[in-house]
Amino acid sequence: MKLSELDSADNYNDVWVLGEVVEGKVHRVTLELLGKAKDLAEKRASSGSKVVCLLMGYQLDGLEKELFSHHADKVIKVDDESLKFFNDSIHASVVTRLVKKYKPEIMISGATSKGRSLMPLVAVKLETGLTADCTGLEIDEESGLLLQTRPAYGGNIIATIKCEDYRPQMSTVRQGVFKVLPEDVSGTGELISEFVLDEEKQTSFTIISEEGLDGETRVNLHDANVIVTGGRGVKSADGFKVIHDLADAVNGAVGATRATIDSGWISYSHQVGQTGLTVQPEVYIACGVSGQIQHLVGMQSSDFIIAINKDPDAPIMKLADVAIVGDLFEVVPEITKLLSN
Amino acid sequence: MKIVVCVKQVPGTTEVSIDPETKRLIREGVSIEMNPFDTYALEQGILLKEKHGGELVVLSMGPKRAELTLREAIACGADRGVLLNGRPLGGSDTYATSYILSQGIKKIKDVNLVICGKQAVDGDTAQVGPGIAAHLGWPQVTYVSKFIESGESELKLERMHESGSDVSVVALPAVLTVLKDVNIPRIPTLKGRLNSRKVDITVWDETDLETDFEKIGLGGSPTRVVSTRKPDARDKHTIVLKGSASDSARELMKILKSRLEL
Ligand SMILES: Cc1cc2nc3c(=O)[nH]c(=O)nc-3n(C[C@H](O)[C@H](O)[C@H](O)COP(=O)(O)OP(=O)(O)OC[C@H]3O[C@@H](n4cnc5c(N)ncnc54)[C@H](O)[C@@H]3O)c2cc1C
Ligand SMILES: Cc1cc2nc3c(=O)[nH]c(=O)nc-3n(C[C@H](O)[C@H](O)[C@H](O)COP(=O)(O)OP(=O)(O)OC[C@H]3O[C@@H](n4cnc5c(N)ncnc54)[C@H](O)[C@@H]3O)c2cc1C
Repeated sequence: MKLSELDSADNYNDVWVLGEVVEGKVHRVTLELLGKAKDLAEKRASSGSKVVCLLMGYQLDGLEKELFSHHADKVIKVDDESLKFFNDSIHASVVTRLVKKYKPEIMISGATSKGRSLMPLVAVKLETGLTADCTGLEIDEESGLLLQTRPAYGGNIIATIKCEDYRPQMSTVRQGVFKVLPEDVSGTGELISEFVLDEEKQTSFTIISEEGLDGETRVNLHDANVIVTGGRGVKSADGFKVIHDLADAVNGAVGATRATIDSGWISYSHQVGQTGLTVQPEVYIACGVSGQIQHLVGMQSSDFIIAINKDPDAPIMKLADVAIVGDLFEVVPEITKLLSN
Repeated sequence: MKIVVCVKQVPGTTEVSIDPETKRLIREGVSIEMNPFDTYALEQGILLKEKHGGELVVLSMGPKRAELTLREAIACGADRGVLLNGRPLGGSDTYATSYILSQGIKKIKDVNLVICGKQAVDGDTAQVGPGIAAHLGWPQVTYVSKFIESGESELKLERMHESGSDVSVVALPAVLTVLKDVNIPRIPTLKGRLNSRKVDITVWDETDLETDFEKIGLGGSPTRVVSTRKPDARDKHTIVLKGSASDSARELMKILKSRLEL
């Protein structure tokens, strides 16, 4: 909503995280965002800002506990059968009404397909701005405004964006950008229940069925401490075997560059980068990856980066903590061998 | 069925440079093309028109030269093109852009279906499609991966999300954003190309569109880009190992071990 004398910025407090639930569990990105929200709310403490998680779905019993232990001060829960599937229209109507009621200053959501579908609908309904796919969120000390940093032009430009005259200030953030803060198991807070209005359930859009990915296509890159990624240097689908072997040896997950997915060597669910996943493992091992910017934006915040490449001048070799110049088909099996012992 | 496909003209490369003085993106001398994701939206529009008849209009907001992109779409099979162009429209964020496009859709009249690409490769936000849906007050179906059935008044669609997919039915009018999975875009025929040169492109400005001046351009945009920069080259000390494979592997183990001990 556009700020005016009647509705000034002072009316807006609190940092909201739009929570997401997948298969009955709180999505990891929600926990990551709660940590960031805590940081933002502390910097806005002068205006009494609190961390609030809005959780919508069906059969959400008990999930608030995890949100409180991840630093939510307040949870607003909307538990209704009409929210079982992701129906954009119903979800957007509910969020819009609640934002108007409680007036948060900031609202952030994961840049998941749901978040990226819902947030722009809500932003327009609320007549406010939305910054997409942020990689940084800070409070400007002077103005108290949210400074939102995001890559555009395929990662070749980093822009800082403000939303000065409208509230709430809204952003979506990719999973893996912020870290989950350590849990405070004794954390508690206020639980508020809200409902879906009958008229909000009237839509001309209906979801008939939903299907999860089967176990094989599900790769959990976000939970892995170690990711071993193969690039075009692996040369073929068979070439990925050395990558898989190393990943197995360290109980890690297999990542891939878009070049290998476009070649049909491995499925899209392994893709790391701008049009794939953003990951932040403890160790990232890039094998036969050149390190184009679109790949780097998805992995550059990893704690420790190892690159194995024939070409000492490949861009990934400059980003790496350890750069091994050599043939991956010789180096990778050596590492696997030493690690297996 | 009356279909509008939104197509954006984008730079042919995402390699961009910033003017060191003005800090603005340098747009001069950069080649241009149709946003690659929009070619799938266009193809879907053509397929639906082939099946149901009706009219397919391509709509773009942008500079005069975006006419070329509209002509390209006509060469592929669209019936006509509408360009929204005017100085006050420049600098619009996704809120304002989707507002302006929705005004264009209202002025085209009696539209049943709007199809957008998944996202534009330059701005990269994927927010304009949902924005149009919100401004029009129509339902949206995003990340459509498959057209299961299409009727005159209803579509059955598959959507993709990170943890799977779902099947839904939407009554028209509606706004869709489509993924690459939906089809394989065709290449224009020679006849199509010749025809596309003859067709007049309709050009509307902010007055034709009856826009609320408070909601367009830089002034009507809630978000503001306050600065842009090139990404940091991570400035760090890299240990380079270039011995034999077994030496490098052994050296790496030592480094990892000392790291673990820290
Ligand atoms: C809009 C857009 C979005 C994109 N999104 C993504 C994305 O999300 N993720 C992504 O990864 N890419 C993305 N890309 C593509 C990206 O630009 C690069 O093309 C891609 O990352 C390159 O993959 P690569 O490093 O595997 O291949 P290449 O660039 O071909 O590099 C292969 C490397 O392997 C090395 N090599 C070859 N053989 C060996 C060997 N035997 N041993 C050791 N090293 C060897 C070579 O020296 C080279 O450095 C995107 C591009 C665009 C335009
Ligand atoms: C560096 C930078 C960062 C930016 N970040 C943001 C931001 O975070 N939030 C924000 O609100 N704005 C932002 N903008 C402004 C935004 O890029 C413009 O509003 C742009 O016109 C539309 O956004 P997009 O390119 O992301 O399109 P998307 O939303 O990615 O486009 C999706 C689809 O909408 C249709 N479409 C989009 N634009 C047009 C058009 N002009 N004509 C016809 N169809 C179209 C196409 O079908 C396209 O496939 C940013 C601009 C810059 C330069």
